[in-house]
Amino acid sequence: MSSADAVAYVLWTGVTAYAVFAGADFGAGFWSLVAGGDARGRRARELVDWAIGPVWEANHVWLIFVLVVLWTAFSAAFEAIFSTLFIPLSLAALGIVLRGAGFAFHKTARRFRGRQLAERLFGLSSLLTPFFMGTAVGAIASGRVPVGNATGDPATSWLNPLSLLIGALFVATSGYLAAVFLISDARRARAADLERYFRTRALAAAIAAGGLAVAGIFVLRADARYVYDGLTGDGLPLLIVSVLCGVAALALLYRGARRGARPLAVGAVVAVIWGWGVAQHPYLLPQDLTLDVGAAPSATLTAVLIVFGVAVVLVVPSMALLYTLAQKSFIEETSSPTAQPATAPPERRKQEA
Amino acid sequence: MTGLLVIALPFASLIAARMQMAFTLGFHIILASVGVAFPAIMLIANYRGLRRNDPDALLLARRWSKVVAVTFAVGAVTGTVLSFEFGLLWPEFTGTFGEVFGVLFAIEGIFFFLEAIFVAIYIFGWKRLSPWKHFWAGVPIPFCGLGGAFSVVAVNSWMNQPQGFTMTNGEVTDVDPLKVIFNPAVPYEVPHMMLAAYLVTGFLVASVYAVGMLRGRRDRYHRLGLLIPLTVACIVTPIQFMVGDTAARSIAKDQPIKFAAMECVQTTSTHVTEYIFGRCTPEGVKGGIGIPGFDSFLVGFSTDTEVIGLDTVPPEDRPPANTMLHWAFDTMVGICTMLIVLGLWFGIAWWRKRDIPRTPWFLRAVALSGVASVVALECGWIVTEVGRQPWIVYNVMRTEDAVTKADGVWVTFAGVMLLYALLGVALVLVLRAMARRWRTEDEEDSEVPYGPSPPVPPAVAP
Repeated sequence: MSSADAVAYVLWTGVTAYAVFAGADFGAGFWSLVAGGDARGRRARELVDWAIGPVWEANHVWLIFVLVVLWTAFSAAFEAIFSTLFIPLSLAALGIVLRGAGFAFHKTARRFRGRQLAERLFGLSSLLTPFFMGTAVGAIASGRVPVGNATGDPATSWLNPLSLLIGALFVATSGYLAAVFLISDARRARAADLERYFRTRALAAAIAAGGLAVAGIFVLRADARYVYDGLTGDGLPLLIVSVLCGVAALALLYRGARRGARPLAVGAVVAVIWGWGVAQHPYLLPQDLTLDVGAAPSATLTAVLIVFGVAVVLVVPSMALLYTLAQKSFIEETSSPTAQPATAPPERRKQEA
Repeated sequence: MTGLLVIALPFASLIAARMQMAFTLGFHIILASVGVAFPAIMLIANYRGLRRNDPDALLLARRWSKVVAVTFAVGAVTGTVLSFEFGLLWPEFTGTFGEVFGVLFAIEGIFFFLEAIFVAIYIFGWKRLSPWKHFWAGVPIPFCGLGGAFSVVAVNSWMNQPQGFTMTNGEVTDVDPLKVIFNPAVPYEVPHMMLAAYLVTGFLVASVYAVGMLRGRRDRYHRLGLLIPLTVACIVTPIQFMVGDTAARSIAKDQPIKFAAMECVQTTSTHVTEYIFGRCTPEGVKGGIGIPGFDSFLVGFSTDTEVIGLDTVPPEDRPPANTMLHWAFDTMVGICTMLIVLGLWFGIAWWRKRDIPRTPWFLRAVALSGVASVVALECGWIVTEVGRQPWIVYNVMRTEDAVTKADGVWVTFAGVMLLYALLGVALVLVLRAMARRWRTEDEEDSEVPYGPSPPVPPAVAP
């Protein structure tokens, strides 16, 4: 394996993590947007509010990770993508700003006026980002992003049937992942009504995403032949895995199974992302720029791999520590009948005790 | 419409892109400075609280940690925007040199990740960890902040003093990452920015409590809230002055045209007059206060030192907006000087009476110091960025060659202005609301990002 391939794996790992974690977060925002104003909708929003980013919003980090690896290891592809796809990526960035601001302020703004507006913005931004990211992916897959500074068409590159379809597919997939995750969250919160609520929505989103995916295969065949051939060639096993996972998850959801739907749903999404990667290999920009041609000098690639290694060694244990603490505090908080006095600093509390 | 505008005005995209970059970076740099320095100030309060059993200090640390969480989350957003802008505004720059400077951002990513994790643990920890364990859980945060600052500012240093790569036919063919990371501008630019972060945050936080004291809230809590950050800032300021002085001398050597533009030196000569303010014209400085020979002296400790003038390069290689650049430099130095005076005032009063000066004028001065230090920060950033023009990579790539060829930068610029105005207002309102709540009622633990989740929502009523 060349070091360009190794870095491509690192990049794709980041893309996968972003798609799954951020996808689920965006999807939750989507459900919060469409929940409606009645009592049931309000409760659904409450659950989303509670479940979303309880510890930490990994969105930003995975996205920054992907951007940095892309521009460091494959600068030419980064240049082509960000200049030709100026419009959809600007709109995706808008969504990220609104979403991030929502995350920063929503807990503090809980008791203030304008909360509803903030919620709407939060929901809307959750729709914007996956959709426009999807159109960008469609543009890349169909070879509409040529090498160079804004050499592709600024509009038709992403305003075409394939791009729009993938944009819709991204929204549906986010909604699907989120609904599946929210079922477990509802169970954790012992809210049987919300469990049913999100089960219905997960099924609907699964069917929508599945339908869009099938339609996507046909549009790919007509519009992005290279990726289509790859997906039905080397990528076929992954495509089959994705379909099997998807169908199995659907069956489990339908039967209301308590376990298994979550990993299967994630598996279906991950398999299709890696299927796309395999299908597009060895191209960064199909039939215009290959990994090897687009890759940075070897010293840079080595440096990226070293930094990635260091990151794994440092970040994974810290992350584990955080999750352990979060999990513990979660258990404590639900089981403890009375809340501790919030204002007393620890030292003072100790003295009182 | 946008298309027409771009055709009608040559370089229109360039101007919009530069303004958008300046605006977003100028916004982010304030949050980034707070993110780098505030955790250290918070930990000083925490340490003092534990060591001396001081509940006021602990309460300050606890509340400051919430401000850190909010500003950190907003800073993450404005930082993400910047990483988009590397592609949306400067695709040619990143497309060519991303493989050279990118590793530094990858390193920064690690620090950012770790910082976010430890901020989260620290926020959690108030309830869950024993006091000293909790303190130590916070200790990595300032170091991650400094590491992140190093990585990002080293990229800017590299743009000022590019090295560590080989180019063949406009393509980078070889990279030496260590030479990129430790480029010649790092030793003065990186410490200058780190100190700036501490200076700005110290005065900014102190100014909040100075305002509170001027409004009559003169309890011990407010005094401590003023004293801790003010002490940090007043220690840092004279050091910053010396580091800045070294930086200016190094720039005179490394980027003589930038230095000439900062000081409005038109022709190369010795015994160059130092002008304080004044208007830059091709014939020299008009108005302003001139100190004969002092500019030469500052560069080489002798009035015989030769200072390189703008006339050594053709006009198209000189930085624009000469007067603004000169004023930005003088304003930065002027504010730093006044802050040193403020520090001396504070230091002498403390030495003699173990107290802050009694006059309200001192509190008024501290109240102003926050805004003043932010102005100095922005001025410094203008000096380094505008002073490097017309180059994005000094003497290697012109900014006009780096900008996107996509239309619509004016639209995104307008959108960004509006969005950031709202973001800024929301941030200030949220922080003020937090302060108001602290004064009137009990605080809630789960009200900040990165904090523990609130209890599970209640099960449905039958």
